[in-house]
Amino acid sequence: MQLIACPHCGPRAQAEFEFDRAVDSVLALDASPAEAVTRLYERENPKGWSWELWRHSAGCGVFLKLHRHTVTHEIAEVSRLDAAP
Amino acid sequence: MTGSRTGQGGIIDRSRTIRFTFDGKLYHGHPGDTLASALLAEGLVLFGRSFKYHRPRGVMSAGVEEPNALVGVGIGGRFEPNTRATDLFIYEGLVAESQNRWPSLSFDLGAVIGLFGRFVPAGFYYKAFLGKPGLWTFYEHFIRRAAGLGRPPVKPDPDHYEHRAAFCDVLVVGAGPAGLSAALSASAAGERVMLVEQDIAVGGGLHRESEDIEGLPGQAWIAQALTTLTGRGVSMLTRTTAIGYWDHDMVTLAQKLVEPGQVPEDGQVAQRLWRVRAKRVVLATGAIERPLPFANNDRPGVMLAQAVRTYVNRFGVVPGARAVVATCNDDAYRTAFALADAGCEVVAILDSRSESPSEIVKAAAARFNVQFDAQVLEARGGPGGLTGLAARLGGQPLSLSCDLLAVSGGVSPVAHLHMQAGGTLNWNETTGTFAPDVPRQNQVTVGAAAGGAEGNSSALGLTAPTGVDARHSFVDFQNDVTLADIDLAWQEGYRSVEHVKRYTTLGMATDQGKTSNIVGLARLAALEGRPVPQVGLTTFRPPYTPVTLGLLAGHATGKHLAVVRRPPLYDLHLEQQPLWLPSGHWMRPRAYPRGDETLHSAAMREARTVRQAVGWVDVSTLGKFEIAGPDAAAFLERVCATTVARLAQGRGRYTFMLREDGIVMDDGTVWRIGPERYLLTSSTGGADRMAHHLAYVRQVLAPELKVAIANVQEHWAGIAVAGPKAKTLLARMVPDPGIPRHMSLARSKIAGVPVLILAASYSGERAFEIYAAGTDIIPVWQALVAQGADLGGSAYGLEALEILRIEKGHVVVGGEIDGRATPHDLRLHRMLNPAAPFIGAPALQRPALQSSAGRLRMVGLESDSPIPEGSMLVSTMPGTPQGHVTGAGQRVLQKGHVALGFLRDGDERLGEQLMAWSPTRNASARVTIVDPVFYDPEGRRYRD
Ligand SMILES: [Zn+2]
Repeated sequence: MQLIACPHCGPRAQAEFEFDRAVDSVLALDASPAEAVTRLYERENPKGWSWELWRHSAGCGVFLKLHRHTVTHEIAEVSRLDAAP
Repeated sequence: MTGSRTGQGGIIDRSRTIRFTFDGKLYHGHPGDTLASALLAEGLVLFGRSFKYHRPRGVMSAGVEEPNALVGVGIGGRFEPNTRATDLFIYEGLVAESQNRWPSLSFDLGAVIGLFGRFVPAGFYYKAFLGKPGLWTFYEHFIRRAAGLGRPPVKPDPDHYEHRAAFCDVLVVGAGPAGLSAALSASAAGERVMLVEQDIAVGGGLHRESEDIEGLPGQAWIAQALTTLTGRGVSMLTRTTAIGYWDHDMVTLAQKLVEPGQVPEDGQVAQRLWRVRAKRVVLATGAIERPLPFANNDRPGVMLAQAVRTYVNRFGVVPGARAVVATCNDDAYRTAFALADAGCEVVAILDSRSESPSEIVKAAAARFNVQFDAQVLEARGGPGGLTGLAARLGGQPLSLSCDLLAVSGGVSPVAHLHMQAGGTLNWNETTGTFAPDVPRQNQVTVGAAAGGAEGNSSALGLTAPTGVDARHSFVDFQNDVTLADIDLAWQEGYRSVEHVKRYTTLGMATDQGKTSNIVGLARLAALEGRPVPQVGLTTFRPPYTPVTLGLLAGHATGKHLAVVRRPPLYDLHLEQQPLWLPSGHWMRPRAYPRGDETLHSAAMREARTVRQAVGWVDVSTLGKFEIAGPDAAAFLERVCATTVARLAQGRGRYTFMLREDGIVMDDGTVWRIGPERYLLTSSTGGADRMAHHLAYVRQVLAPELKVAIANVQEHWAGIAVAGPKAKTLLARMVPDPGIPRHMSLARSKIAGVPVLILAASYSGERAFEIYAAGTDIIPVWQALVAQGADLGGSAYGLEALEILRIEKGHVVVGGEIDGRATPHDLRLHRMLNPAAPFIGAPALQRPALQSSAGRLRMVGLESDSPIPEGSMLVSTMPGTPQGHVTGAGQRVLQKGHVALGFLRDGDERLGEQLMAWSPTRNASARVTIVDPVFYDPEGRRYRD
């Protein structure tokens, strides 16, 4: 069970969170059909570091951006979406 | 009868006696005894039969790694198979039985296979039965009887199990000398320490040895450490096994509060599952000795050398009278001294090395018959015990008689948790061991688990003597895998260790190959002519030792398996004793049968009531969301695929939402309840998904919109009132201006309760949804019952609702909205917002979703006979399915049956005749393809 440091709530167990998607599969509302195909079906699925969207569903309810390693499950960064890059 | 109890020594309480039975016979032991030590003390040699060949088996080890002495323990629902006799501490009234024997342990018919038949080689089942189903059918009965590990319990487990969470600075796994030392130093530094030990006592290997530690006898050192740790408030759990090392330093512990099969005291839990999150984990899990490969190395009387020493020094049990020690290292020499000091004759020490310079070997040479370059080729004996052995001594054959053969093939560090945590292993060519190398998490391995037993060239023990009978040299004792099986797998082309494992079942028994895996790997490496590390390792999977399923379930069994969500009207429904239908976690009435009505007859009566008079149904569980703010309409135009922006205040409309891939996700209604305030409904089952979706759109896709979302699903309880007399009924409770027109809303009071009334119809009749805050809805329902009775009204359930909506051609989430259908498939495309600012619009423009050719389109089906639900649509029976039925029912007022379904290119096939065929129910109906709205297609009945 991973431990995710929510910027609002502090370190909490993975069970409180929902994985939503990899950041590269966020599809803008005004995207073209071709972009929809790329983002929804032709994704990277990296073995290694990945930017992901998780939601602290059983906590503050906020979507968070995680920089997470898909093999080791190390989490290098947890940030709010509106945080400066 | 070879084993016996010594006069003194050990950490058993000789002043007290415990009685227990094994295979129905009464035995005695002392507190502190395992089942194995007590039975060995009573002279028992034969403990069970092996899995595949039913070979006689005794005790091999003194710990959790035991592959041979497996027993069934306990009575009724507490029966637990495959319990290791070496890891079961006896208690008064313990009932144990041997396994894999029939009709009895001493005379086992299955063993006849082993005596007269050919052995069953690796891959036997694949080769013998693949492609020959008839053969398997014939032999299955006999094979099932002969095979299997123990038998499962036949009654429910009556015990309670609980889960607990804990946090600490340092978790120390294993309370041998290394673990105790680690706990001592961490607690001295002021850290919050948890120390867990799978044994009933802390001390680990110290109980086995007679040497002093730090100038103190072992037991005195343990006592001192315990006093210090207790004084520092260290949390110590015995009989607690760390079964898994998970992400981010979370370790799960299985704590036994009673022994397997033992009845807990009233109200006490049997076992506890801990989830411990530690800042640092110290793995002091020790090492496990390996057997030596030679013929009949599985015979009762062949035991691991450290285990023999444990029985002598810890339990005061000498497992034989004439012993031979066979080794490839110095450590086993201690066993010779322990045995001799306890009065056992040590016939010889057979050392496969050519020499050893160490002190203990010199001392042994002065007292015992020590032979170098000596390898055991074969053990001799049977169910009654060992009679002797054949060895090779510097090329010359040698025969010895003995009733105990203590073997040591070196030790393997217990690296399971280190590996589960993602660590790597390092191969030591000299000791022949894999030891923890690089950690991945905040873990450190200490003591014997870290490897590095110096001066030992135990790698020798991994090589079988030349000319040994490989067919009877066991590697995996529990699964009856021999050296010959590994040879065969290799000859047949298996190279990957994972493939060899599955083909031979090496390491796949409940002991997970704790004693066998490295021996098997070494054999494979030798065949390959490659170093062991290049052959690779199999995966270390949790749990480290088997756990009972009840422990993993905890309290989540029976009615506690899942939460039950009860709508506010639950108690009122309960009085009517309805038939219930779980809807997600919600409990909803399916129908309210009267007298001897069935579900079907009750639902048909309720549906007729709605069509002819008035009915009311609890719709409290619908998903409901309030969307407010200056950009609320703009937000909804992104979520909903229909137009929302032009909705006038006080009005509502049907809507549906798409997923990003253009597929319909859910549907409901949207209401403008204020200038910048909307109410959006969704399906009951889709409410949680919708809540997440709305949060995603607001936070991720459109954070610039000024909008707030409140999930009001549980705030607003609701009742739908439907039927030609619905307006009449409402007029009795609400003053006339308070009754809204179709797709309009009104606020009013019913029975003194403030309500929101939405005029919308799902059944096809004039209908109103009345919403009130939570349990405030109760008097509203009571008022409907009181005022509606003389109108011929009654409550109706989900079954009637289903019949009504099918007849009306309304789609439902989970029925027609099945995660595959586009708006066009569901005939909803004319309602799509042409400006297309909504989620799913980009993907929906893809040609595959735009073209109709070959797509399953929603159709209506009519028939004279009942249409089987879930049936497929075919031209002839049997035939290739061209579609399927999603929902079916009887017509409410007319004769005949109707259904909704999907048919390939269905919108172009109206009038066609097909069969709805369900081979699983052996039912069919001739159907005509029609428009899906069967009832009031003009929509006259629900308008004013
Ligand atoms: Zn949070």
